Amino acid sequence: MAASFKLDIVTPNRLLTSVNDAVSLMAPGSEGYFGLMAFHAPLIAELMPGELRVTHASGLEEIMAVSGGFAEVSNNHVTVLADTAERPDEIDVERARSAYKRASERLASSAPGLDVERARLAMLRAAARLTAAGQPVRG
Amino acid sequence: MASAKDIRRRIKTVKNIQQITQAMKLVASARLQKAQSRVHAARPFADKIQEIIAHLSASATELHHPLMEVRPEKRIALIVIGADRGLAGSYHTNIVRITQRFLTEHQHQNPRLFVLGKKGAASIKRLGPLLEGARELPGTDVQFVDIRPLSQMAQKMYTLGEVDAVYVIYTEFRSAISQHTLVQRLLPVEPPSNDDNNGSATEYLFEPAPEELLGSLLSRYVDTQLFRAVLESVTSEQGARMTAMNSATNNANEMIDRLTLSLNRARQAAITTEISEIVGTAEALK
Repeated sequence: MAASFKLDIVTPNRLLTSVNDAVSLMAPGSEGYFGLMAFHAPLIAELMPGELRVTHASGLEEIMAVSGGFAEVSNNHVTVLADTAERPDEIDVERARSAYKRASERLASSAPGLDVERARLAMLRAAARLTAAGQPVRG
Repeated sequence: MASAKDIRRRIKTVKNIQQITQAMKLVASARLQKAQSRVHAARPFADKIQEIIAHLSASATELHHPLMEVRPEKRIALIVIGADRGLAGSYHTNIVRITQRFLTEHQHQNPRLFVLGKKGAASIKRLGPLLEGARELPGTDVQFVDIRPLSQMAQKMYTLGEVDAVYVIYTEFRSAISQHTLVQRLLPVEPPSNDDNNGSATEYLFEPAPEELLGSLLSRYVDTQLFRAVLESVTSEQGARMTAMNSATNNANEMIDRLTLSLNRARQAAITTEISEIVGTAEALK
């Protein structure tokens, strides 16, 4: 059996997950996706909007959409602090799709005074939700 | 003395009011329970983010960040988390009183005022100066994302040097019958103290670099602080309303008792008068 670690996923609204049998975690770091396994070196990382992929010891894989946050690893204990985190069945696909459309239109319009960073993050968040819900993201 | 008819009418009015206060009490206690569980649910996140900042500042020495920079307070901003609705006992008056005191004490620093909550904004506008922004509170189920824009704006004002400190007035929730309105400094951020494993700091890997990471963490920390203040206030408001409506219902009960007593007296008096009139008439006819 593969070595496992303790994983907590926390948002300001709730404790989404707290498990002892996580085998691996894929997370969207600020410099690209990274993978964590048991006994990883202590780490503090910022997360971008994206999907979290958790593999449990049973082989079960869970996907969640996060919209940015942090991850900390210490003593074989991984904590993910996310602004929001949703399981696929909690995602409002329609809303994510229209948010995606709105953000990409705003980015394409290059209107004066456009907050590019904000629109880009909104687009990433929507894309993360769509991917986690197993929906195609149209570019 | 009021006639029996008048008294009956008053009893009916009081009963109607009592029904309303009773209903409001039930609604408030249901909302209070929900709000309390949300305060509870928000705690792990806030604790953890403090812990991470403490770890970060322990393992990377000499970190500085604009949000932590203490400057002489020439200009300040104040965020008041007020009541959204009335009928919550002294909850609202307390907030207005504390705000007023704060404004008088800090009038030389030209406080820029931001108010959350409809009811709060209406009365604080009357206190005079400088109300710059008022927002509605999204009620008991206020979300983290609802509060972030305000927090981001406060942080922006602070980093741009428009203000040298940001204060928050909120109401701490102790229990359903005890709430405490207080002033807290939101910015500059006081770095959370590192109480656990002092000295034996773990070597962490950082992604991105510690300075950048600290920036995002502190910013998020301020967001959580403000969010917590809002949650506590919303919970306090429900608690205060529940208590106020409970005593209103009790008062109505007392009042009904008193009115019923005078109703009986009035009826008795009417009967006595009637009898003595009959007796008097009979006597006269002899």
